[in-house]
This record gives sequence, structure tokens and C-alpha cells, in this order.
Amino acid sequence: MSTSTDQPVSQFEMETTPGQGGLGEASGAYWERIKGGDLGALPAVLGCVVLAIVFGVLEPDSFLTEQNFANLLNQGAAIMVLAMGLVFVLLLGEIDLSAGFTAGTGAAILAVTLTEHNWAWPLSVLAALATGVAIGLAIALLVARLGIPSFVVTLAFFLALQGAMLLIIGEGGTIPIRNDAILTIMNKNMSVVLGWLFAIIVIGGFAAATYWAILTRKRASLPVPAISVWAAKVVALGAVVLIAVWLLNQERQRPNAPIVIQGVPWVVPLVTALVVVLSFMLMRTSFGRHIYAVGGNAEAARRAGIGVANVKTACFILCSTLAVVAGILLASRDNSVSPTTGGAQTLLYAVGAAVIGGTSLFGGRGKIYDAITGGLVVAIIANGLPLVTQKSGIQFIINGLVLLLAASVGAISRRRAAATGR
Amino acid sequence: MTSASQGQQRELLSLRGINKSFGAVHVLRDVDFDVRPGEVTALVGDNGAGKSTLIKCVAGIHPFDSGEMVFEGSPITIHGPKDANALGIEIVYQDLALCDNLDVVHNMFLGREVKSGIVLNETEMEKRAGETLKSLSVRTLRSLRQHVSSLSGGQRQTVAIARAVLWNSKLVILDEPTAALGVAQTEQVLNLVRRLAENGLGVVLITHNMNDVFQVADSIACLFLGQMAAQVRAKDVNNTQVIELITAGRSGDIGLRPAEAAAVGTV
Repeated sequence: MSTSTDQPVSQFEMETTPGQGGLGEASGAYWERIKGGDLGALPAVLGCVVLAIVFGVLEPDSFLTEQNFANLLNQGAAIMVLAMGLVFVLLLGEIDLSAGFTAGTGAAILAVTLTEHNWAWPLSVLAALATGVAIGLAIALLVARLGIPSFVVTLAFFLALQGAMLLIIGEGGTIPIRNDAILTIMNKNMSVVLGWLFAIIVIGGFAAATYWAILTRKRASLPVPAISVWAAKVVALGAVVLIAVWLLNQERQRPNAPIVIQGVPWVVPLVTALVVVLSFMLMRTSFGRHIYAVGGNAEAARRAGIGVANVKTACFILCSTLAVVAGILLASRDNSVSPTTGGAQTLLYAVGAAVIGGTSLFGGRGKIYDAITGGLVVAIIANGLPLVTQKSGIQFIINGLVLLLAASVGAISRRRAAATGR
Repeated sequence: MTSASQGQQRELLSLRGINKSFGAVHVLRDVDFDVRPGEVTALVGDNGAGKSTLIKCVAGIHPFDSGEMVFEGSPITIHGPKDANALGIEIVYQDLALCDNLDVVHNMFLGREVKSGIVLNETEMEKRAGETLKSLSVRTLRSLRQHVSSLSGGQRQTVAIARAVLWNSKLVILDEPTAALGVAQTEQVLNLVRRLAENGLGVVLITHNMNDVFQVADSIACLFLGQMAAQVRAKDVNNTQVIELITAGRSGDIGLRPAEAAAVGTV
């Protein structure tokens, strides 16, 4: 102790938080991170912009319309929610190949109980979610307790759930959904006023939460980023949210159409709420911290007294449950459930979304909003490609190439990160 | 050292007649081992001499077969790593101890996060991590919020040691902390080890490096094929004697008796 009493207030706190020196220094620090291989959301955001420009130039009349923008969000929502679930499993360095059919099975349970047994919709939703929990628990027991690689276990579930789904749906092939509450999610919009209110809540909430964090650090006399950096972030988010809400609040039917369609689709606040809740869980609770620890170094986590098997179990359950939520969104969007609801295509899109967003397949790296940014890229491709070419062969090849590109960007940034020690 | 000169001779940890077998292999035979507070006790011995087994028993990873353990004057039994932690015994492993994808603060509080309600109290953790590192005069870290993957070997070892100190620990066991380090980094870690002892902790240093031993140790315990050849004051012996103790179990009139050493050696 005697050696340290005359030390100045800890010298390494100087660089604790990037951006103390204001905007210039913050952007410099950000550039350093990019160069060091820590790309964050950059590839996904760039991808969105480039793809939007490409499709906008190729198909200005059909792609760049308010109608299509709303479509895009509806198409992307289920993929984003599925990808959020996968982020938990990918963070562990595991994979859930069955998530697509878990979504389909959940949707089938929902449709059967709603339409054929006339259950109340909250009960049906609960039954579907419980199915998700059960599937996740079963996978987790096999992976975390028995030690079978998740690839094999979930491949088996991929096949088995496909069968289960067929049996649940039965001979008819397609079960229609007529429940208003379920259909509202994907087919109805918020009123214009409510849309603006939503925008204000999102922006205000973000601004308040981040400002509160700065205040707390300041009170604890820890270094804080300059207020201009905070303001820039709030303004950037605000601009994106306000422009999106403004676009969605435009009348998006063709001129002289008999009904008016405008407003933010109800699925947007639903997905936003999921992002907020799950991000909070991942970034602000010890459970979330333990997920990162297990994904980063399971042995270190075990020695630190973390119940590795329990953490894995919780992640697989979360993944399967969120997959069922995605399945409900798909059912709402299609107004029905069929054996093609969810499935392999949706799963691959979702894995692609998570990876494009920046989540590592090797575990330990990833954030919930990766699912959103990556999901947007995937949704833009899924939405724009059919406008450009009708040939599904070309669409599949381009989808494959985009996923490879994303994985390559991830691998290159990993190598850079290893070289620069980040 | 200081505590010794103040007459504080009572042992922090004392092991008497410890035996441990894995199946037919008798790994530890009647081992006695003492650690005093405010001192660095070096635990040396060749590969397979039983160093790791001994500290794993102290850490609660393996149970002893027989023998007694006295900690701070009272006899204790340890049933698991949590028991050891609760007593204030912390082990710093040579590797596998930190998560690369988490920052310094997160690693130091891993598994024992400070929370307010259900929310992690990041400011409190950062403050306490900073204070602990400051109390150890650690100056080599650029930032408390940098990921551990960006740290050098010495810095990682520093973080691992600081994590052990964070919990008001009384006994810190370091398993070859300098094995993978360069000259300057070894120097830093050894200074840190010395400072731990100066702060009043009992420190056990497992090492193969005689320079390290004579630079920081107050007491040297030599294991030879599962037996404690001798535990001696560092100032009473020289390099050659310690190496003889490690390789032959005896040196001059210290160590195992000739017959005993020969008997063990031929097993």
C-alpha cells in the first residue's frame, strides 16, 4: 500500500472511454477500431445502403416506394426475431439448425388451437410459446448435459420437427388464421399520431437512457464521453427513426384507391420492444455477462463459478422461444400456416442475418441489434431480388454469395483483430 | 520480512501429514507445508513432484486422503472451490483464467458481479477494479475497458492476480505466473507478487525458475517425488542447494535422509 499512496488518480483511466475529447477524437477512435478489425455494425449498414442504391437504380418504380418500404419491414420482422434468438446460441459458439422448424411447429400449434379448437388467442400464443420452451429445453439437455454437439442435435430436431409439423397441421395442408389479434401484428398499422408518439418514445428513451448512464459515471467520478458525442448519436438515431416513421405515415396505396393505408406497422413496436428487453438482458444483467463469458472461454467461466450448463440451457430455451415468436409473425403475415411456414429457408436467412450483422459463429461476439441490421440486409435482398429477376435459381445463388461475403468479412476482421490484439 | 520481524510468526496456512493418491499412484506422502502472512513462499519441485496436486487440494479441487489443514489457527476441511474462496484462498492459474472477449473490469468481477437490483453496477465495478489495480501500483494498463485479448501476457497475468486480490483474499496461490513471459514482463509480475506480500497477504509461488525464487521468496518449499524434501528460509540456502533438493531430495545436511531419498528415488 505504501508504494501507491502518492499515485495520481489512476493513470489508465485516461483512455477508459473513447470520445472524451469530443467528436473529432471519437471519430478517430472509431476509425482506429475499424482498422483494428472491430467492424461492429458497419458492414451491415454499408450493405443496406449499397443494396438500397442498387435496387433503387434498377427498379426505381417498384423498389423505392412507401408501399415497398412497409413490405420490407414486414418481410424482415420474422427473420430479425429468429436471428435475435440465434444470437444467444451463436454467442455460446453453438448453432440451432432446427430454429426454422421450431418456428413452423409453434405456428402450427397456434393455428390448430386457434382455428380448429377455438381457443382464446392469448391461450394459443401461450401454448405455442410453451412448445418453444419445451423444444429448447430438450435440445439444451442433449447439448449441455449429455455433451452431444449442437450441430448434430439440432440437425436431428430439424428433421423431427419437420415431421411433427406435418402431423400437427394434418392432411389439409393449410390452416387459415382468422383471429384479429394475431392478424393485426402484420396486417394493421398504428395511427399516424401513434406512429409519431412511438418515434418520440424511442428517441427520447434512447437519449434519456444514454444520458443517465453518462450522469451515473460522472457522479462516480469516472471518465465520461463528451456531451457532443452523445448528442451526435441521439441526432443520428433520431434522423433515422423520424425519416422511417415519416415514410411509413405516408399514404401508400396507388392514387385514387378506395382505402387509405398508412402508419407504422404494429410489428415495428413489437420488434423494438424485443430488442430493448433482450439487449438489456444481454448487456446489463449478470446472466448476459455469463453468456459472453461461456462463449469466450467456457473453462474460465467454469472456474469463475459460473454454471456453464445452466447458461447454455437458458440460451437454447430463449432461442427456441424466440423462434416460435417468429413463427407467430409468419403465421400473421401469411394469414395461415402451412408446412412451408418457417423451415430451412427462414433459418438460413436468419443465420445469415446474424452473421451479416456481425455476430461471430465462433462464439463470444455479437449483439442483439446485429439481428436487426443484418435482418434488414437480408430483407432488402429478399425483397429486391424478385423485382429484378424472376429466376429463383439466380436468387438462390445471389443469396448464397451474400452469405459467403458476410462470412468472409467476418473472417477477415477476425484475423485483423487477432493481429492487432482486439 | 516486516511481518516476521514484528514477531508475527503464526502461520496463515499449515498442512500436516498430507497424503493423496490417485488410484495406485501415491502422489503426496506425509507432506508438511506452511505459509505465513506477508511472505512469499516458493513451492518448487521437478515435473511430477506433486506441486499442482498439492495446490489443487488446498483449492478444494481434490480432497486430501489424510492429513490436517489449519487456516488462521483453526482446523478446516475444504469440500470445494467455493469453500476455499469463502476462506479467502484464491488461485491464479497459469492459463485458461480470463475471457478474451470481455474487458478488464468484466474479467475481474466474472462470476461475482456487483449488482444493484438485477442490473450490473458497472460504475461500482470499474471503481473497485481501478482501486485494486492502483493499490498494486499497476501502471501498465492502457484502459480498464479494453478487451483482455488486446493485453500482453504480463498484463493478463496482472489482471488475473488483481482479480484474486479483489476479494479481500488472504492467501493467493500463483501457478507459474512467469512461465510464458519475457524479461521485462516477468519483472513486472514479480514486483506485483512482492507487493501482494507487502500488503499482508500470504503468497504461494509455484515456479521452475530459480531466479524468480531468489528474487521474491522468503521461504522455499521443495517437493521431491511427492515428499516435502525441505521447507527452508530463502536466505539460508543458495541456488545450488535448492537445485540439489529438487533433483535429489537432499543437499548436504538438509532434505530427506539419504536412505529415504534413495528409497523414494528408486520407486
